[in-house]
Amino acid sequence: MKKTRTMLAALAVGLLTSTAAIAGDVRIMWYSDGVEGEVLKDLLDRFMKENPGINVILDNVSYSVVREQLPVQLEAGNGPDIARVTNLKAQSQHWLDLRPLVADAAYWDENFGAQADWMRPDGSNQISGFMTQITIAGGFANKTLFDQAGIAIPGKDATWDDWAKAAKQVAENQQVPFPMALDRSGHRLSGPNLAYGGNYVGADGKPAPLDDGTKTFLKTFVGWVADGTMSKDVWVSAAGSTYRAAADDFINGQLVYYYSGSWQVPNFSTKIGTNFDWVATGSPCGPTNCTGMTGGAGLVAVKYTKNPKEVAKVMDYLASEPVVKEFSERTLFLPAHKGVLAKGLDFKTDDAQAKAALNGFVEAGKSLSDAARKLPGWLWSDTFYGALVTRVSQAAAGEMTVDEAFTRIDSDIATKVKDSGN
Amino acid sequence: MKADVPGGGGGSGLGEAAMVPVRLLMGAIDAPLRWVQRRLGIGGMATFFLMPNMLIFGIFVLLPFFINFAYSMTGGTALFLPDRSFVGAEQYQRLFDCANYTDPNSCAEDTFWTAVGNTTWFVLLQVSLMILFSLVTALILNRDLLARSFWRAVFFFPVLLSPVVVGLIWKWILQRQGLLNFGLYSLGLEPHTWLNDRNWSFAATVGVSIWAHMGFYTLILLAGLQAIPKDLYEAAEMDGTRPARAFWRITLPLLMPNLLVVVVLVLIRAVQIFDEVYVLTGGGPGTSTLYLTQYIYETGFATQLRNPGLAAAASILMGVVLVILTLVQLGLGRKGENKGGRK
Repeated sequence: MKKTRTMLAALAVGLLTSTAAIAGDVRIMWYSDGVEGEVLKDLLDRFMKENPGINVILDNVSYSVVREQLPVQLEAGNGPDIARVTNLKAQSQHWLDLRPLVADAAYWDENFGAQADWMRPDGSNQISGFMTQITIAGGFANKTLFDQAGIAIPGKDATWDDWAKAAKQVAENQQVPFPMALDRSGHRLSGPNLAYGGNYVGADGKPAPLDDGTKTFLKTFVGWVADGTMSKDVWVSAAGSTYRAAADDFINGQLVYYYSGSWQVPNFSTKIGTNFDWVATGSPCGPTNCTGMTGGAGLVAVKYTKNPKEVAKVMDYLASEPVVKEFSERTLFLPAHKGVLAKGLDFKTDDAQAKAALNGFVEAGKSLSDAARKLPGWLWSDTFYGALVTRVSQAAAGEMTVDEAFTRIDSDIATKVKDSGN
Repeated sequence: MKADVPGGGGGSGLGEAAMVPVRLLMGAIDAPLRWVQRRLGIGGMATFFLMPNMLIFGIFVLLPFFINFAYSMTGGTALFLPDRSFVGAEQYQRLFDCANYTDPNSCAEDTFWTAVGNTTWFVLLQVSLMILFSLVTALILNRDLLARSFWRAVFFFPVLLSPVVVGLIWKWILQRQGLLNFGLYSLGLEPHTWLNDRNWSFAATVGVSIWAHMGFYTLILLAGLQAIPKDLYEAAEMDGTRPARAFWRITLPLLMPNLLVVVVLVLIRAVQIFDEVYVLTGGGPGTSTLYLTQYIYETGFATQLRNPGLAAAASILMGVVLVILTLVQLGLGRKGENKGGRK
């Protein structure tokens, strides 16, 4: 009898302790462009040593999981406790308000306030999380190919046409398959659209029909895909709004000019190494301005968490100045933290090209247009991007004319707005 | 009595011992079953024994079907049914809002009709080629070949692979810098961007799906071939029947039940094609390999502002088409059997 009682007691203790462990679990859904997953794991291991009652589980997933599966989980009232997300505004109804939970809300407002609106419902003062990095879309040129071809890299004020002409000459001279490539992404396409005078936002704050600026660049772009100036592989490689990057082509030296963004810097630094020289060029100019797009990934708390206090503690730690500084310096990401930016960063790389590229992107950030700064916080930006990608790729594949694509983009967006009930 | 018990082993001590729990179990359920039989009658016992299976079928097949149908009558982007607004047949109207069904560009949901057209061509080509290749392979593997078991394993091996692995393997072979182009380049031939060419990428999806699944259907047909009595062929040979005639008069009619099963399975699988194609071509170039299941997946889950109602309506339509096709085939099969019986 005594033995049975002892066993039952042991079982009860075991159950209680295991329940306590579950109560302290904080699950993070994380995707990586480069080494940031490893850096975060390192930082979290340190956090768990200092906070033994909180067990942080890091789920490394692909970006497509965050884009396609997380939204469904959130709609179902599930999901991780914290997630790294790029589609921040449209899903803001799922984020937890950390304001009453964090140690010092004023610190968050002071340092991350500039982007706080990107990830909270319109009209609220919610603290949903913070940007793990600020990204700026821009171009990369394969300097070695330009040098070997004896053609000068276009200057700071060069237009998209100038770049297309120069890249084509280099590709022909160096027998490279693709002069230019632009990621299969509505966000990437939007930089040049805005540079050509495009504006997506109507007077009522809802999506406006495509204007002349956007149409002009899209026509030029589809023409470039058709005549081989722009890599066909990226844009016709899938149906729908699936994301495709051309980074591998650039890394393999198959591409003269690649329009992507600052998040590629660590990737290129690691994978290109000394194979060839490359430079970040900022965004080419259109008739209106030389803007790219800004954006980035935010780390947000999910409101369906069972452990909001533990989540806030983890978020407080990851948003703290020394952690943000270390994370940015080791990952080569541009931080959003105002204090860290003001004090300056010492990026942990010996790669002079990567350092120069990061400085180039900081410089490019100064020429962002107002519209580019506002789009990440606009509710309909992802809807707009999705329709752009779907239809422009169909036009690029020759399935419809550019004008038919324009009509479809407008009707697709109008239907989505109607479906959403807004 | 002992002889009726499987594995009775003619009354060996070990066999007897093994049967003890079985007998105990039978004894335990005997009384309740007799009670049930008294209540339901002999006829009702069939229903009683089928009930567990019907329950599982009801919960995992019928219930989701009705829930899906309910979704197809609702609108909006919310995921939970109670949060969605009832719109009646609006989603179906939207799918059928078309000036000319053969021209997807004239339809409100142009990608749906593109997917319908692509799926139709895919099914026609893939099903006929799959049956042909499976049958030919089964006929060859049924002969006295050297290392016959090895060849059977070779043809069955792709069936064991996950569709994602199949898609990736073939992507690495067919992509611009893939194995095929490397081979062509090594031979001094011009490489080709297979997956960026509308016709080649379509052909690739057909070919890859045949490669991946043919082994399974070959196995079913091989089993059918081996069940045909050898003496029929011996008698035909003694009568001087040519092999081709023996194939048409003996093999094919006796293989018909297996062939019918294969046709139904291949057809259903072809209409549902998704995973390996999604990995291989992503539906591209453009929408040339966008098939119905990918359209449903993207509409319901993968686009910004998902539309579960429209995706549900499309999947209901796909289900209805599949049921009709299967019933037609089963009907034709029965007709054939009856004809054969009268002869």
